[in-house]
Amino acid sequence: MLNFIARRVFQSIFVMLAVGFIAFAMFRYVGDPINNMVGQDTTLEQRAELRRQLGLDDPFLVQYFRFIGNAAQGDFGMSYRQRRPVSELIESRMPATLELSFASAVIALFLGIPMGIYTALRRDGVLSRSFMTLSLIGISLPTFLIGILMILFFGVMLRWLPSFGRGDVVDLGWWSTGFLTKSGWQSLIMPAFTLALFQMTLIMRLVRAEMLEVLQTDFIKFARARGLPERMINFRHALKNTLVPVITITGLQLGSIIAFSIITETVFQWPGMGLLFIQSIGSVDIPVMAAYLLLIAFFFVIINLIVDLLYFAVDPRLRVQKS
Amino acid sequence: MKLSKFFKHTAIAATLALSVGLGQSVDAKTLRWAYQGDMMSLDPMSLNETFTLGFQGWFYETLAAYDKDLKLVPQLAEKWENPEPTKWIFHLRKGVKFHDGSPFTADDVIFSWKRSLTQGSDMKGYGAKAADIKKIDDHTVEVTTPTPNPILPRDWTFLYIMSKSWAEKNKTTEATNVKGGESNYANLHENGTGPFMIVDRQPDVKTTLKRFDGYWNKDIATNVTEITFQPISQESTRVAALISGEMDLVMPVPVQDWPRLESEPNVQVLNEPEARAIFIGMDQHRDELLFSNIKGKNPFKDKRVRQAIDLTVDTKVINQKIMRGAAKPLGTLIADKINGYDESFGAPYKTDIEKAKKLLADAGYPDGFTVQLDCPNDRYVNDEKVCQAVASMLARIGIKIDLLAQTKSKYFAKVLLQAGNNTSMYLLGWTPSSIDAANSLTNLVACRDSKTAAGQFNLGGYCNKEIDALIAKIDVETDQAKRNAMIKEAFTMLHNDYGYLPLHQQPMSWGVRKGIKVAQRADDVLDIRNVVMP
Repeated sequence: MLNFIARRVFQSIFVMLAVGFIAFAMFRYVGDPINNMVGQDTTLEQRAELRRQLGLDDPFLVQYFRFIGNAAQGDFGMSYRQRRPVSELIESRMPATLELSFASAVIALFLGIPMGIYTALRRDGVLSRSFMTLSLIGISLPTFLIGILMILFFGVMLRWLPSFGRGDVVDLGWWSTGFLTKSGWQSLIMPAFTLALFQMTLIMRLVRAEMLEVLQTDFIKFARARGLPERMINFRHALKNTLVPVITITGLQLGSIIAFSIITETVFQWPGMGLLFIQSIGSVDIPVMAAYLLLIAFFFVIINLIVDLLYFAVDPRLRVQKS
Repeated sequence: MKLSKFFKHTAIAATLALSVGLGQSVDAKTLRWAYQGDMMSLDPMSLNETFTLGFQGWFYETLAAYDKDLKLVPQLAEKWENPEPTKWIFHLRKGVKFHDGSPFTADDVIFSWKRSLTQGSDMKGYGAKAADIKKIDDHTVEVTTPTPNPILPRDWTFLYIMSKSWAEKNKTTEATNVKGGESNYANLHENGTGPFMIVDRQPDVKTTLKRFDGYWNKDIATNVTEITFQPISQESTRVAALISGEMDLVMPVPVQDWPRLESEPNVQVLNEPEARAIFIGMDQHRDELLFSNIKGKNPFKDKRVRQAIDLTVDTKVINQKIMRGAAKPLGTLIADKINGYDESFGAPYKTDIEKAKKLLADAGYPDGFTVQLDCPNDRYVNDEKVCQAVASMLARIGIKIDLLAQTKSKYFAKVLLQAGNNTSMYLLGWTPSSIDAANSLTNLVACRDSKTAAGQFNLGGYCNKEIDALIAKIDVETDQAKRNAMIKEAFTMLHNDYGYLPLHQQPMSWGVRKGIKVAQRADDVLDIRNVVMP
């Protein structure tokens, strides 16, 4: 097991190096950072001097290796836009993104799985049908539009919820949390649902399809023949056997919740890493973009590792093979 | 004993809290406002950009500043004189205090000027306007300029004065540097003389300011006591925050949202024309256009072709159809609020399609030609739509526009001189930072010269030796009347030479809750001194 983890961590280094390489190869096409860093009265010479200082004249391979070299020592450079260390910037933005992603994942799982089970068991019920209709909306409408519609309805028309921002946050020193204030919770509701909707419908449809398949299998029929109570068949036997693919997808989706919170964060002006990334693209803030992409790659690697470990817990066959 | 002490303290604390609370409920006026981005830094020398400098003007101040009509007024200097062509005397205001309580003196002026010349500074150009500053006494300084400068106080309206003692104490005697270092203290902290102080600063998230009680000018109109500022980058979210009452003032508002906002009872749109002129430039420098089907020659070198273009594009139609009538069509490169503007050359060209067709045929292009137009799509008001309109109008005389509209950082990386100037035709906007016509002449009209930095934004390489000779005279003429006459002559020559295709002054677009009085300054700066809450 330890060997397995060590190998995965080792692989993750390669993944991140590759992500960094591709990112740096593309930065040349994002635009010119210098024009965003100086005013219109700055002379050509001063612009050229700044470009030279930042090493932007070097070939991208040189820039890439310089970045990797510094990053290996924990130095991600200074943000061009804010003139603050990138690590400090990302640290200050990470809590917002992680809290939002966590809330969305909880919503997606705790609503998605029960809805999936319900629609599988009561296929023709009125509630099931409305769930299925709802899930069609969740799958097909873009996040952006859902966010705007929510703001229009709950923020502008009903005025129940704040339409942007994170509300008041409590600073715990190394973590700023919105979970401890009323306005923090109010601000969280709309972005969390917006971000969760797609994942929730995906999980629901997945659980439903898997359940329907498992319920057709022989061992469920035998269980019925043995006279086991319906509840035990459904939840103990059927549900447990649907979980392996659900865990895989959920794990990957958690990664994309963090990565794709970009859109939700932009719509709701949620001050997280995704918004930071978008703002950095707008002003060609290369150090921030590079660090963010590496971090997201790292998250994906870690989440995949956790998913793999969860298989061992859920699927006894894997444990048998290993031993 | 201990218990009673505890109660006593609690009682005092409660009374204090109550009195503070009551005080706030009676006359606290909190302004909540949102802009599409945040100011880049609190350091007044780190970026020469309008929004950043405009916001910094709430807590930092300069020798001379603009009032709500862009008229030059004294600020930290009470008055100034220009006894010799290269010498200016500034008499500084007495009794002014910085936010940390220290007095404002001549040393702070000299320090700030020197700081503007340090490595990380983006205000080196303003600093270079002085060769030396001498202290006469605590409240008088004498500035020597390298060449005669008729508009020095205007040039310095954004050269903010910092406290020398504060900067030395916090080791921020050099401007914030992108390479990092401890001098970056001023990036996140301020100590100015302005009417407001920063209480809390979370870049990109939220900035809180409160009124500075020791502010020298008791006559400013504003009654605002607290400000919360939050950037909201998404346009629809920004507008929603205004309508839902979460914001008092948002800028900018998309033009297409105006009708919707006008139908809301509690908000209104302010859309005065900005001091920014929007225009299209043409490459008149290269012998063959980079992006055109005409090979071996450059049609834009022919004045008849440029004239045909200027006579075809109807700026009034663009204003009606795309700007909802809120822009001001222009026939020149400076706005009407700019010092030196004159209606004789500022009125738009009269559209005449037949004449344009004939001119084009005379020039040897009876069937027109194809050329690429570079256009940003997120820099100016409805910039891409304006380019599309120009393209469809030019199609009427056979000029086929191949429109390349892209995001501003890619657009500027293509067209600017530093990036290779790879353009044949481009849309650009310009506000002279000195609110004076000479700046536009130097940057947009003067022949390009890499040594003097003239014509740095003359991306089409327009070059007219006669105008250049005039610019050289304007730059050193200290008699304002003579100077304005020469400015008029230069712009009239440009107008008659069809050097550019001027379009309009774009409208500023601010959304504000009804009842709040806001002066919309034409350089798109929100000056808090003029904001009055109900």
